[in-house]
Amino acid sequence: MAEEREPPPLSAASHTGSTEPEDGEDLFVSAVMEASPASPEDVSTSSNGPKPEQIFLDEDPDDLFAEATEEVSLDSPERQPILSDGPSPAITPVTPTVMIAPRLDVGVFDRSPDEDEDEEEGRDTFDMQISVSDPEKVGDGMNAYMVYKVTTKTSLSIFNRDEVSVKRRFSDFLGLHSKLASKYLHIGYIVPPAPEKSIVGMTKVKVGKEDLSSVEFVEKRRSALERYLMRTVKHPALLKDPDVLQFLESSELPRAVSTQALSGAGILRMVNKAADAVNKMTIKMNESDAWFEEKQQQFENLDVQLRKLHASVESLVCHRKELSVNTASFAKSAAMLGNSEDHTALSRALSQLAEVEEKIDQLHQDQVYADFYLFSELLGDYVRLLTAVKGVFDQRMKTWGKWQDAQMMLQRKREAEAKLQYANKPDKLQQAKDEIKEWEGKVQQGERDFEQISKNIRREVGRFEKDRVKDFKVVIVKYLESLVHTQQQLIKYWEAFLPEAKAIA
Amino acid sequence: MEGSSAEAALSVSANSIRITDLTQDGDVLTFAITSQKLNGSAGVCVFRTYEDFEWLQQSLFSQENVPGLQGIIFPPLPPKALPTQLNMQTKAFKQLGFLALGQGWQSYCKALEFYLQQVATHPTLCKCKALESFLINTESPGKQRGRKGIFNRLSQAVEEMRKESHKDVDNFFQNERNRNTSIAALSKVATEKLLDVVMTEQKLALACGHFSTSLHLCVNQDDADAVAFSKVCLKLSDIIEAVKRNYEKVASNNLTTLGLGLDLESRYQEAEKEMLFRRTCKLVELETVKKSTEKAKANKREVMEAFQKAVEKEFNLISSVAKQEIEHFHSSRVNVLKNFLIDWCEQQLNTAKECAELYSQHLEACRNMYSE
Repeated sequence: MAEEREPPPLSAASHTGSTEPEDGEDLFVSAVMEASPASPEDVSTSSNGPKPEQIFLDEDPDDLFAEATEEVSLDSPERQPILSDGPSPAITPVTPTVMIAPRLDVGVFDRSPDEDEDEEEGRDTFDMQISVSDPEKVGDGMNAYMVYKVTTKTSLSIFNRDEVSVKRRFSDFLGLHSKLASKYLHIGYIVPPAPEKSIVGMTKVKVGKEDLSSVEFVEKRRSALERYLMRTVKHPALLKDPDVLQFLESSELPRAVSTQALSGAGILRMVNKAADAVNKMTIKMNESDAWFEEKQQQFENLDVQLRKLHASVESLVCHRKELSVNTASFAKSAAMLGNSEDHTALSRALSQLAEVEEKIDQLHQDQVYADFYLFSELLGDYVRLLTAVKGVFDQRMKTWGKWQDAQMMLQRKREAEAKLQYANKPDKLQQAKDEIKEWEGKVQQGERDFEQISKNIRREVGRFEKDRVKDFKVVIVKYLESLVHTQQQLIKYWEAFLPEAKAIA
Repeated sequence: MEGSSAEAALSVSANSIRITDLTQDGDVLTFAITSQKLNGSAGVCVFRTYEDFEWLQQSLFSQENVPGLQGIIFPPLPPKALPTQLNMQTKAFKQLGFLALGQGWQSYCKALEFYLQQVATHPTLCKCKALESFLINTESPGKQRGRKGIFNRLSQAVEEMRKESHKDVDNFFQNERNRNTSIAALSKVATEKLLDVVMTEQKLALACGHFSTSLHLCVNQDDADAVAFSKVCLKLSDIIEAVKRNYEKVASNNLTTLGLGLDLESRYQEAEKEMLFRRTCKLVELETVKKSTEKAKANKREVMEAFQKAVEKEFNLISSVAKQEIEHFHSSRVNVLKNFLIDWCEQQLNTAKECAELYSQHLEACRNMYSE
């Protein structure tokens, strides 16, 4: 897991301007430093971070101090993608230094994004269904954790079987996201963010509280994990990523411990966060392409709008819950009234009234469920997705920065060489010339990277916009279906009650 | 029970009494009350304020020469409403309960109307001159509150507790008192709970409105994708708007039918309670007098016995009036509740059908639009 952050073939492939897998593979082989032909399973053997961790908790104990609120809000501090172990992302090596998993279909990495785009045309026949189900508690006390069954049903050929089920825990999902982010974020792919941690929610589950809120929490998380996986595989490049395939197919998965805050990787993350913040402030990009500026502004606006919508829906859900409570309460009082009533027919009618109200209460509860899972979670997902989108824009800025830095370095090296020309130190001169060559290469690479990321972002944003529209449409149709269903139920209840009312006296 | 109706009965038809309009001048509300003359088709229209209603009620309480007046279950007058109460969701508004909600004071007027109709159809009360002058006279009956009625319940707080549970001599009445106590309490609770439901429905409608408006604000024409997203948002906005209107209608239905019905039932049970209490007080008085008479010295005895006889006669009159009132009340309240329940069910059913139709149309439209 440690050494596979870079997908060099992608940038390399664009370097040749061609998309022939053969070239890519050659480049590949020359890039290999660790030549161990390990089986796919072993590749992601975690290095467990620089320090052996002493903490075996599933969730970050550190967060107990940082986040005292009920649920991690949309503005969670853990907003930054958790990148996998490895060299600090602030000093991204441009040259390929890592080995990619030598799977049989390793060629997929060589495919340029343009090919993937063609694939997208055929995406309407995207035949894949992932479900996350059967949450099970494993262990007790504070060491307990939930395990979820992930079932993938598909007819796509990159999968070994039509249907496969594996068991995964929450940190596995975080680990997957971490790997994907470290591989793809810096070339401009929008990697869907994983669901958020929740100390309070998880602690309740561990402690064994079987109350409604912990059941709701587990259900909320299960649903979020499912949506996360579906979003991930809908991305054409991510779908073919070996980590994703391994996650979905292999029965054993090494534990992703670097997702914990106090591990070595966790501390590295905190350091990087600070470094990134500083970088952001100091990089002043000369934007040559108005498209990017406009898009960034649009996404800022969208973020504000979505948050407002999310708040509106939360308020709606809250009121509906209140309505359900009040309806149940009224039903009880009507039942009591019916019991005390002497007049037989009136008494029966009142009891029926109470029953109708109880059924209506159940409808309210179902509607709460629909409101929440259809809208509230969708809007929440998109607010978080937007953060990932902003992330790629930031990455582009960083890439530009690196390119500029390389240019400055090259300038300096040239100046140094010029000086050495007059100093008559042949060996140093040679070194200087070598360095110039090196930095010229880096400048070219920097420019290529920048162009590539810009191109990728444009494509990703287009895909994001289309997906957004699609997602919302799907949700609206589902919501309407639930509304129609509710109304039809109501009609049945009222039609059943009417003769009872008419039969009084 | 009542004497021959030598006194003029009401000259208008009880069922034609309507409150047709309401005007507001500062804090003062004026109601327009119309009714049809019994002879001929002439209509009468008068204007009254709440004080006038109170005057009417007091006049009914303080009638003289009506045997067994205290045994009558007086139709309950809805409490006074302040214009400010009706527009705010304040605590004061809760006191007015159901009658405060609803658009344009609809329920409140209906309740006042019902009150007048109940008075006008009561065999004894309809003969009260005050009712005639209330309904017919152009001039307002005046603000006189001279004669205090027979009701001072509020000032009997402590004694009330003791007397209320005084054991009855008659099984019929004891049973009725028990039944009344339990139903009065339960119907009051049910009314309050329904009020909570209606208020929550209104809050929900409001929240839908906010959501719908927020969706409108997401419109953005920058590029093709933004336009597509805007369309989706607008569609959703329309749907949520429909949800909002549905909740408003459901709340309004609850209010104007079941709500009104339960509120009326609750207040009528209170009115019966007051009547039963009056009778119980008379009973206590009678028993006290009996005891005093037994202990009385010979010279006072005759006077005491005469007094006792008078009280006994009064008590028996009250009891017989009360019995009739109770029987009438039992059958009429069932009818009233039945009508309200039927109304409620029919209105909710209609609303549900309309709404289902609307949602289905939206669903159809969306499915067609979105199938690519």
